[in-house]
Amino acid sequence: MATVTADKAKVDELKAYIAEHKGIKGPLMPIIQKAQEIFGCLPIDVQDVIAEEMGIPMTDIYGVATFYSQFALEPKGEHVIGLCMGTACYVKNSQPILERLRKELGISEGATTPDGKYSLDATRCLGCCGLAPVMMIDDRVYGRLKPDDIPGILAEYK
Amino acid sequence: MDLYRAHVLVCGGTGCHSGGSSDILASMETEIAKSGLDKEIKVVKTGCFGLCEVGPVVIVYPEGTFYSRVKVEDVPEIVSEHLLKGRKVERLIYKEHDKAGDQSLENISFYKSQVRIALRNCGVINPENIDEYIALDGYAALGKVLTEMKPQDVIETLKASGLRGRGGAGFPTGMKLQFCANVPGDEKYVVCNADEGDPGAFMDRSVLEGDPHAVLEAMAIEGYAIGAHTGYIYCRAEYPIAVKRLGIAIKQAKEYGLLGKNIFDSGFDFDIEVRLGAGAFVCGEETALIASIEGERGEPRPRPPFPANSGVFRKPTNVNNVETLANIPRIILKGADWFASMGTEKCKGTKVFALGGKINNTGLVEIPMGTTLREILFDIGGGIPNGKKFKAAQTGGPSGGCIPTEHLDTPIDYESLTAIGSMMGSGGLIVMDEDNCMVDVARFFLDFTVDESCGKCPPCRIGTKRMLEILERIVAGKGKPGDIEKLEELGAMIKEGALCGLGKTAPNPVLSTIKYFRHEYEAHINDKVCPAGHCKALKRYTILTEKCVGCSACAKVCPADAISGQIKSPYVIDQDKCIKCGACIEKCKFGAIEVK
Repeated sequence: MATVTADKAKVDELKAYIAEHKGIKGPLMPIIQKAQEIFGCLPIDVQDVIAEEMGIPMTDIYGVATFYSQFALEPKGEHVIGLCMGTACYVKNSQPILERLRKELGISEGATTPDGKYSLDATRCLGCCGLAPVMMIDDRVYGRLKPDDIPGILAEYK
Repeated sequence: MDLYRAHVLVCGGTGCHSGGSSDILASMETEIAKSGLDKEIKVVKTGCFGLCEVGPVVIVYPEGTFYSRVKVEDVPEIVSEHLLKGRKVERLIYKEHDKAGDQSLENISFYKSQVRIALRNCGVINPENIDEYIALDGYAALGKVLTEMKPQDVIETLKASGLRGRGGAGFPTGMKLQFCANVPGDEKYVVCNADEGDPGAFMDRSVLEGDPHAVLEAMAIEGYAIGAHTGYIYCRAEYPIAVKRLGIAIKQAKEYGLLGKNIFDSGFDFDIEVRLGAGAFVCGEETALIASIEGERGEPRPRPPFPANSGVFRKPTNVNNVETLANIPRIILKGADWFASMGTEKCKGTKVFALGGKINNTGLVEIPMGTTLREILFDIGGGIPNGKKFKAAQTGGPSGGCIPTEHLDTPIDYESLTAIGSMMGSGGLIVMDEDNCMVDVARFFLDFTVDESCGKCPPCRIGTKRMLEILERIVAGKGKPGDIEKLEELGAMIKEGALCGLGKTAPNPVLSTIKYFRHEYEAHINDKVCPAGHCKALKRYTILTEKCVGCSACAKVCPADAISGQIKSPYVIDQDKCIKCGACIEKCKFGAIEVK
């Protein structure tokens, strides 16, 4: 697979953003967030660009990129499935739904299917506790789930 | 200004939005225009109404008709029947379980006992329109502060009001400002902690989504009080709607000259920037949050020095939670005495709770301090669904503890909750019924803290992991005598030794469940039984001989070959082979398999 930095337009976009923002106070988080937005993930060569442009050691960037759960070093699948494992969802039985998702997709949480189609995450509270148990696929929210709803929902993304 | 004969309020909070409220809003506008009513009726997208359970919610004023679980398909009927002909659509009106008659907004028990200060504008105004905020006295407090009050007057007012930090610790807000004001220097910062990480808590999100200007106004007031000119809002990246509305609010406030240079011609400058988190629970801790704003790993720093002396970029910084801030403009306008007249002796004002879990009315409630848990859960919350029995409520999320039935009548404030082994926390209130296993709930919270521990200090990094391992063993049916004592000992050591609030409070869910539900731990360890019937490894599947017809369906589906027997006579499950997958129970058409 070609590296994501092969896309010159994207690299230029990131460089322009860094040039514009490196003067603000505490610029690293917004810049890493922008990089993830542009490339979808933060592999080493993207971190390298940031280090180069900001003139700071790459270890600083790697430290931040691996600390926060929303930064991904590997690319995600085409559809990202996030099952809420917040307390409200957990006490309303989200665990059996997670098990069903694992079974249907054949992967555990944190992984991506071999065809690159789906990533499965057990997420932190999504904040729609009134709909518990809740799952998000990309930007769409599915609420009041039962394990048997899963195959039908996944079929929408085939 | 245009006058309308009716207003249709459509909830745009996260819960209702997820339920499709933006489609409802669009359809409402189209249908109203189609009926030629667009000059008479105004559609407003508001923040959260609070009663998320029955969302998406639509309210029609002046009647205050409360439509619940509205679908896009229902919109033409609401428009043609209610708005055009004046006939309410009865089938969509929210009905309480045990009440008949008038059910307009102010008569619903969910709202009746609430006192809304922090949530005053949520579900009332369009949060994306600064004029609506101003029309309800918005920015009047900032005007008053800048033109009539000295910085010290502001601090004195907040001290006298008795307002305490709503993020959980309950530190007096006025005192915190005083510390920061006392430090010399002209580079200071105001930080709004909007990193609401407690799972099951969404008070701050609703304020940010429903009334963002209240937070901006309060930050400017605090800036004036301590002599700061820059504010940061550190918001969870998981709250995209809140982030968007904050951006709109900041832009509008700048256009109106309510943020920026020389506000109200007073010579006072104040600007606000939003910084996004990236998914780290520990960043809700103020020193970790500060590290994150600076662009570092969100690891806590030892205190002292406190942020009031050395905070963001090592400058004096005042950090407040969203809900705390939302109270401030009201206190300035209505006075410290008004605020102090509500609540208990040591805790004034109100507190917002996010009700979730096994409760009929999931949603947001704001009640005066001193209200009992029983009133919150049973009067406002509508009790436990499906006729189940209440077991416990968890406050304070992964840092808090559980409150069992015997303490339901405790008046809620910071001190009383700490006294019974829980804590106020930021306001998450998760209800559990008889089907929830307390040992497993403790395991769930520990799993969370182990994952979120930043790893800086060993008591938290290693200690919580050891506790989790013991709990995992217990719920897997492999608990040993002495495990409970070990958990207690480890818990006490972690509380003592951890660097920050995350670690110091991490053992609380375990210690409080041991305190009140020790028998559940003992049953798991000694009898290998989960009294709630929740823990999979301790479940026991048996075939009821009187119901089994011997069809062999269960034996065929069993992946472990644990079921055997002769066709047309009752089958049996070999308990040693059974992996408790439950496949047999799904297959049995005769209800002949029992699980305990």
